[in-house]
Amino acid sequence: MESFFSRYRNALVLISVLLAQVIGLAVQVRRPGHSPEDKGGVLLIRAWVTGIVTPPERLLHNTGHGARSLWMNYVDLIHVRRQNQDLRAQLDRLRLEEASLAEDARQGERLQSLLGFREKYVYKTVLAQVIGTSGTEQSEVLLIDKGARDGVRSDMPVITPDGIVGKTRDVFAHSSQVLEVSDPTSGAGVILQNTRIRGVLRGNSWGQPEIVNVSPDERIKPGEPVLTSGGDAIFPRGLAVGTVDRVVPDPDGTLVNVLIKPAANLAKLEEVMVITSTGSQMPASMQQDLSDAQQKASEILAERLPSRVDPNAPPSQQDDDATVGPDGEITRPMKPPQALHPDQYTPSDTPPAVDLKPGQRLAPELAGTGDAPSPKPAAHTAAPAAAAVPAVRKSEDQSVKRPESEGSVETPGSAAAKHEAPSAAAPAAKPKKAAEPAGDAGDHAKSASTNDTQSVPASPQPPAASQPPAAQPQNPPPQGAA
Amino acid sequence: MASSRTEVGNRSYPLFIYLLIPVLALGLQSLLSLYFTRFDIIDLPLLVAIYYAVVRQEPISATLVGGLIGIAQDALTHHPLGIFGISKSVIGYLAGSLGMRVDTESHGTRLLLVFVFTLLQSGILLLLQRYMLGQPFAWHGTHELIRAAANALLGVVLFSLIDLTRRTEY
Repeated sequence: MESFFSRYRNALVLISVLLAQVIGLAVQVRRPGHSPEDKGGVLLIRAWVTGIVTPPERLLHNTGHGARSLWMNYVDLIHVRRQNQDLRAQLDRLRLEEASLAEDARQGERLQSLLGFREKYVYKTVLAQVIGTSGTEQSEVLLIDKGARDGVRSDMPVITPDGIVGKTRDVFAHSSQVLEVSDPTSGAGVILQNTRIRGVLRGNSWGQPEIVNVSPDERIKPGEPVLTSGGDAIFPRGLAVGTVDRVVPDPDGTLVNVLIKPAANLAKLEEVMVITSTGSQMPASMQQDLSDAQQKASEILAERLPSRVDPNAPPSQQDDDATVGPDGEITRPMKPPQALHPDQYTPSDTPPAVDLKPGQRLAPELAGTGDAPSPKPAAHTAAPAAAAVPAVRKSEDQSVKRPESEGSVETPGSAAAKHEAPSAAAPAAKPKKAAEPAGDAGDHAKSASTNDTQSVPASPQPPAASQPPAAQPQNPPPQGAA
Repeated sequence: MASSRTEVGNRSYPLFIYLLIPVLALGLQSLLSLYFTRFDIIDLPLLVAIYYAVVRQEPISATLVGGLIGIAQDALTHHPLGIFGISKSVIGYLAGSLGMRVDTESHGTRLLLVFVFTLLQSGILLLLQRYMLGQPFAWHGTHELIRAAANALLGVVLFSLIDLTRRTEY
């Protein structure tokens, strides 16, 4: 017997060690419905190892962080860097609120008829630094430098301003484990933002998050945002998860898996936030931010929409034409902007509607009360059509500069003279509605003489209105008809 | 560089080396994986366990040391304690047994040993996690070969560095 133990001592020790560890494994995984947080001796062993490993990691991390902080805060642009940090912190908070509120709006449109709906708002977060990892491919676990002493508990969501990271698992006194969403054993309830398809997010074998067991749907396209659905009772609803990368078939069935490109850079995490407190009431800070945002939005709206008047504005800035509606909203009538190039449709040329009579024509030449523009002389028809364009354009610019001449009707002779000598006619600028028919007449006369269909008209008016009959027969009737 | 098994048996290490190197391996493995994403294909605790086993040439102590290093590595993950412990216990036992029979001072031998033991550890992890615990475990053949080759190359370098701390007892 003694010789047996001495002969197989090595093998017996190995078997004993393996047996002890197998029993330990069985004890750890035996508990049905147990919480993921370890207890008893297992937690003690993890705490010991973490307590041994993390101090050097924390020292190295803090040394590097301190050196960077020293350079950034005291050597390189003291105030700018500090202000930038404050602004980034504020931006991070606002991005969180924005994500939550944007999703609230979409959900509220569909669920506004439901009662008893409760929302979870982020009350308090703890900023933590990532000081280590599990170091293996089989476990996507991070170590952070905040633990139970800082208010961190198990199963608390861990996020970054860009998106979710994971949830806390084992919490020690001064450090915690964070199980990333890219781990195959993790789970988070998510929803596709556009298609409203819900699913469970977990990591695949390559460490990429994916929504598993989704019914095939052609509407799922790459790039669609993915948000937390709040169905896991851990992550608040509406936090950014990532975007759809691609859809792959599930190897075990007819369903598909949706691969997700995470919004947070899980490979390069330095600082994360642990959400330590949530509630159903909107926190005071968020209410203040929302009121500030609404006030700012109203200011922007007042600048962009002239018809809206800020009731809080001083009376000197309010319009006399403003009226107060039944709901107390002050409005003022819309006023069209000043036209850069007035034409016959310019409102300033149009008399009030009360002065109009049925069948009355406004333009004298169209009504037949004025002199119709005469065809251009032969010398003018020889001029290229392109030369008429700048002449009319120039007269338009001058008419803008001389508003007192608007509405006046000049004689065709002056129009023709100005057309032939634009520089000389500049002081006596003529409105466009008088100049354009002259230009048209010249162009159409030229068309009639040259029968050139490629000539560019100087005005977009229809040629049939002022074109002489002689210029019409571009398509001569068949000889048999004559 | 290479020496006989008897000559190696006459060498030992300062006590703090036995304590410091495993802790250093665990800490560096955890820290470097944070800054270098693909560093997690390297298994520094495995290299330490193999080195200790082939140098000490005592299967029992190699089994115990391998088991302790493995459990410590388990503690940094979210897996149950014992997965890495079992695999490294087996590897420590085999490495210690082989260290008594072959010349482990040769670079080629070390390269081959680490390569084979890395693949063996992956196989044990696959057996334990997928078939014993029912947990997801990815096995990609090419990736495992690359991992074994990377660990083997790094192991040869690290073993040579640790050799510098050895002292010869007369």
